[in-house]
Amino acid sequence: MAGPMKMRATSQGGVTEIRVLMAHPMETGQRKDASGKLVPMHFIQNVTVKLNGKTVVEGQISQAVSRNPVFSFRVKGGAKGDKVEVSWIDNQGETNKTEATVA
Amino acid sequence: MRALAAAGALALAGAHAPAFAQQSPYADYQRMAAESAPIELYEAGGEEAWKKPQGPKQVSLEKCDLGQGPGVVRGAYAGLPRYFADADRVMDLETRLLYCMETLQGRSREEATKRVFGNADQASEMELLSAYVAGQSHGMPMRPGVEHAKEKAAYQLGRELFYHRAGPWDFSCASCHGQEGLRIRMSELPVLSDPKHVRPLMATWPAYRVSTSQFKTLQWRMNDCYRQMRMPEPKFASELPVALITYLTVNAQGAVYRGPSIKR
Amino acid sequence: MNVVRRLLLQGAGVLAAGLLAPLSALAAWNKEAFGAKNAADALRGIGASGATPSSEVVLEAPEIAENGAVVPIEITSQVPGTRSIAVVIDKNPFPLVAKFDFAEGALPFVKVNVKMGETSDVRAIAEANGKHYQATKNIKVTIGGCGG
Repeated sequence: MAGPMKMRATSQGGVTEIRVLMAHPMETGQRKDASGKLVPMHFIQNVTVKLNGKTVVEGQISQAVSRNPVFSFRVKGGAKGDKVEVSWIDNQGETNKTEATVA
Repeated sequence: MRALAAAGALALAGAHAPAFAQQSPYADYQRMAAESAPIELYEAGGEEAWKKPQGPKQVSLEKCDLGQGPGVVRGAYAGLPRYFADADRVMDLETRLLYCMETLQGRSREEATKRVFGNADQASEMELLSAYVAGQSHGMPMRPGVEHAKEKAAYQLGRELFYHRAGPWDFSCASCHGQEGLRIRMSELPVLSDPKHVRPLMATWPAYRVSTSQFKTLQWRMNDCYRQMRMPEPKFASELPVALITYLTVNAQGAVYRGPSIKR
Repeated sequence: MNVVRRLLLQGAGVLAAGLLAPLSALAAWNKEAFGAKNAADALRGIGASGATPSSEVVLEAPEIAENGAVVPIEITSQVPGTRSIAVVIDKNPFPLVAKFDFAEGALPFVKVNVKMGETSDVRAIAEANGKHYQATKNIKVTIGGCGG
């Protein structure tokens, strides 16, 4: 089951800053667990940011992004009450998304 | 190197940044890492755990008295550790949470402490609760209890433990943390008996440890130090770790709490 | 199949110059570029072999990272018309770490935490109007001790 996500979108001076956190192991496939077995690759590959339903950022990321990734993005404009949605899909097909209202 | 301001740059920075020594070569790293740490995930998980009915009594922790009155979370962490009359002992946050789990929720100590320290895949209930409660004291001056006789006794015991050498290496806390200029590889060791050193440290626990991607607490830190000194690990929420946490927090009193934050 | 999706699936990873196309809802993942084992191949994989140094690409990152598991970086591109920002870490086993494509409305800005295995040059590459612009910073990764 996909881990939790948290997001905050705040608007100031004509710019909306989006800060999004996502719980995810981002396993590189090179780490060994306690019993010495290699933990398989498991990482987010795509991150999509939408403002009021329209895609504004598409991110492709690798297993070299840190565990429990935290991203910040900025969009022009964005008024209080606008809807931001961030979704991700990982290499094992798991997905998650979260929404926030611009404050 | 400061980020150049784009049009309407936002000042969202530094909310949870530890107060580091200005000369530290890691100052920039610590500032940026603190800003980008996934702290809110743990605070949110903790709030959920706080409100979840559990135990034979099927109640939440929402009436737990953390020192400011039943259910008052805001500012509670900044007042800990302190003496609690109902338990007749000095308690730090985790000890008090355990007390509420036992008395309010009717849970056994055994069940409530079964998995008190988590791992990278899943934080423990205690770690999540600590993140939530501590976060509600962010920005407040730390004022642990110092007046009551038992609070003074806990401080004294903590101080004695700090200097007490034991174990196969004849180590005490002071062996590593008792004088200036000591290092383990590239990490400078803080002098924990010195308020100047210990204030920024105690102001930033509990914390997300980037090296292990885990959210850890002070009870864990005490436990792990004993493990690293090759001594038996102290019992969770027992007199020893509470005394040490009291000693450290009182040494740091007056510092503005900036946590939860990050550690290496 | 629309032009954008075909380009992405081919692993070109770069929107054709001047194309203000909407980004596909489910972007493909540039397997070839992400699988490149050296910086030159990674850059080639995203069409950025000709990237030139530019002070208009601002890469903010600590000079010394206390731990390589989490190295915070912040990239802003002041090159007009920036459509994407990519991150390449030369000494990583797979140097291409991320690529962000910006549609109309997004600012060319990103903050991300990356893993570094050792001290290395870190590159931020911005693409604007078919050209690539690069900022490089050497980040030292130390082996700490206990650290709290």
